[in-house]
Amino acid sequence: MAVPAPVLTMTGIGKQFPGVRALDEVDLRLLPGEVHALMGENGAGKSTLIKVLTGVYPADTGTIELNQAPVAFGSPLEAQQAGISTVYQEVNLCTNLSVAENILLGREPRKRGRIDWKRMRARAGELLSRLELSLDVSAPLSSYSLAIQQMVAIARAIDIDARVLILDEPTSSLDADEVRQLFRVMRRLKEEGIAILFVSHFLDQIYEISDRMTILRNGRLVGEYLTRELPQVELVAKMIGQELAVLERLHGTAKVFDRPLVEARELGRTGAIEPFSLTIHEGEVVGLAGLLGSGRTEIARLLFGADHASTGEIAIGGTPQSLRTPRVAMSHKIAFCSENRKADGLIPDLTVRENIILALQATRGWTRPVPREQQDDLVERYIKALKISPPNPEHLVRDLSGGNQQKVLLARWLILEPRLLILDEPTRGIDVGAKTEIQRLVAELSDGGMAVLFISAELEEVLRLSHKVEVLRDRRLVADLPNDERLTTDVLMETIASGGRAS
Amino acid sequence: MKRLLWPAVVLALLLVLNVFFTPSFFSIEVKDGHLYGSLIDILRFGAPLILVSLGMTLVIATGGIDLSVGSVVAISGALACLQISEDASVFTAVALALGLCLVLGAWNGFLVAGIGIQPIIATLILMVAGRGLAQLITDGQIITVNSPAYKVIGGGYWLTVPFGILIVIGVLAISAFLTRRLALGMLIESVGSNAEASRLAGIRARGIIIMVYAFAALCAGVAGLMISSNVSSADGNNAGLWIELDAILAVVIGGTSLAGGRFSLSGTVLGALIIQTLTTTIYSIGVPPETTLLFKALVVTAVCLIQSPSFRAKVFRGRGRAKPSSAAPEQKVKVTA
Repeated sequence: MAVPAPVLTMTGIGKQFPGVRALDEVDLRLLPGEVHALMGENGAGKSTLIKVLTGVYPADTGTIELNQAPVAFGSPLEAQQAGISTVYQEVNLCTNLSVAENILLGREPRKRGRIDWKRMRARAGELLSRLELSLDVSAPLSSYSLAIQQMVAIARAIDIDARVLILDEPTSSLDADEVRQLFRVMRRLKEEGIAILFVSHFLDQIYEISDRMTILRNGRLVGEYLTRELPQVELVAKMIGQELAVLERLHGTAKVFDRPLVEARELGRTGAIEPFSLTIHEGEVVGLAGLLGSGRTEIARLLFGADHASTGEIAIGGTPQSLRTPRVAMSHKIAFCSENRKADGLIPDLTVRENIILALQATRGWTRPVPREQQDDLVERYIKALKISPPNPEHLVRDLSGGNQQKVLLARWLILEPRLLILDEPTRGIDVGAKTEIQRLVAELSDGGMAVLFISAELEEVLRLSHKVEVLRDRRLVADLPNDERLTTDVLMETIASGGRAS
Repeated sequence: MKRLLWPAVVLALLLVLNVFFTPSFFSIEVKDGHLYGSLIDILRFGAPLILVSLGMTLVIATGGIDLSVGSVVAISGALACLQISEDASVFTAVALALGLCLVLGAWNGFLVAGIGIQPIIATLILMVAGRGLAQLITDGQIITVNSPAYKVIGGGYWLTVPFGILIVIGVLAISAFLTRRLALGMLIESVGSNAEASRLAGIRARGIIIMVYAFAALCAGVAGLMISSNVSSADGNNAGLWIELDAILAVVIGGTSLAGGRFSLSGTVLGALIIQTLTTTIYSIGVPPETTLLFKALVVTAVCLIQSPSFRAKVFRGRGRAKPSSAAPEQKVKVTA
């Protein structure tokens, strides 16, 4: 099959942010009439690449060619005028305006300086019929479902004579029927010769709709593949990055777990995670494996009371409990080191000392301050034990490096001496040294009887630490695997890719 | 404390400026067993603003704002004067007035933390309704009272020191104790700096926020008693009018960010003193009355600019441009120009 000339070619794109190389020599080409999937884990550089393409960020190096002519977009508006339209994950529309207004906002047909409503409605209807939709275009957008709103956003995008349509996770909040509807529209646009760049965390959807894919990892290009030629297992391996060296497992002897600490029965939350059952025993390290967006964090948040479960129940030490707030979970000695330490973890304005004692202080209430001597004592001990650097407790926590911030967060929960410690991506974005230290600490803690729920995108790490591994895919817990000799990263990847159907 | 440096410098400059116009500005003397002098006057007349600003500091530290303090000032004075004019004891009158203020503050806090209304809107309700409430209490009239005991709060002296100053010192000591000796300050800063992370750390933000708004209203209530006691009357229309804006200004000048988080009580006191000194200065150097507001605005703008590190950097760089390193790209110079 002859490959037509690409509509858009990005070559050698590089982008440097302070302290991070977000993109390094990345190439991307989009062919007309094709759905092209952009794949990669979180932080792989997908959104940065899209932002460079649409003119949100300037590229540091590399060139962009549209129809063989070099272009450089200074703003999203310029990119739009050149025919590159983007529909974002969160629908960027005004739900209180009508469908027609939303589609043609800023480009309303005018007659003698005033908006020509009749022509506006007709034009909006035309655009929607191109997507095989017939809606009442004068009804407010809020009267339609999220999926329809998504279509309206697409209708708005293709009105600008789009040659490239970027769909950034359009399906993440849609149900199965709505996704089918969206895919029908995408196929139709494809037939019209539009090049579609599609981002999604759902592998099934990628395989259903895309023709070609480009995979990124850590800001670098892994390669471009035809979807039908790349099995799911290989895709997962390429996204995660296989490390060849097999590390020794930290747990030598098999322990017997007979004292269940936390039992979740059919626990679930609509739109976040399908009902799942999970038992965590004392001293057990349970690993959660799965791609980003597969529901790992959602499970952690339910077990910590950060979100409310819509179904199922949870028992702690054999008695049913209702974890209404994090505070209640904390009273049952459950601790949660969140994945996003900037947004959900640290208090940037406070010092290292204050951040470390915060949870302990919270449990005591404001009237009983932790005595200063005890504070200094605890903080000094954990700064030493976790090798937090700089070892100055009065340093503002926002000035610390990522790894040290992570250790501060860990210290905050360790001084509470929890029975279940939930670690959500504790080693992401930190250097190798700190990573091994944290892994070793987890092993030690579990040997001391603490149960740990360990979430990580790095399968090696999950395998190395866990006694059993729970596999998640598309917001469903699909497999429960004991960690023995037969379990390897390949088996795990196979399970993630197949959704547990094979095993 | 480095961030208190600039407010302190500004205050010192304002004070020195006054000496040029009033050579006896710094002199303090004892007359009839009372302290007298311009500096004492600044403290005495600034006392209500300092009080309101202290409460405002804690509210702003949680990431909120309280626009209703001016109305609470009016309500507190009005209720106290009404009670005294109806022959209640001064103690009962003061207790009732402050009790009502606490309730009103808790109501603000409930709207913000319990229902989730944005602070600026939630307190705007009481800002408007509170004026009406004050007018209802006074029946639209100015209530005049003649009670020597009540007069002490705003106009009295104790051990030669004006009573108002003592009250300020007392409230300042209490707030410093609650926030810095107990753990309230850290939890307030935590909630204001990152509310979601605070929730996940197990902090009960609701109670803290309600308490902080109640405290702000209590401070405003005491300020209202002072103001009405000083003139022995309550004016529901004008007492405490726009004091919330001066208080917000004092907090900001004192180095507390409107975005919430870290706060500084001593900074706020400095800020309030700057505003009060400015008012005094305007009178003493003879700025024409019709230009006072404009003059005040100019000085405040200058104060805010001086405090901004990026502004200082720009001005500094501007002066040093005569001999910049040749490596500086020309385009960058254009951007800053």
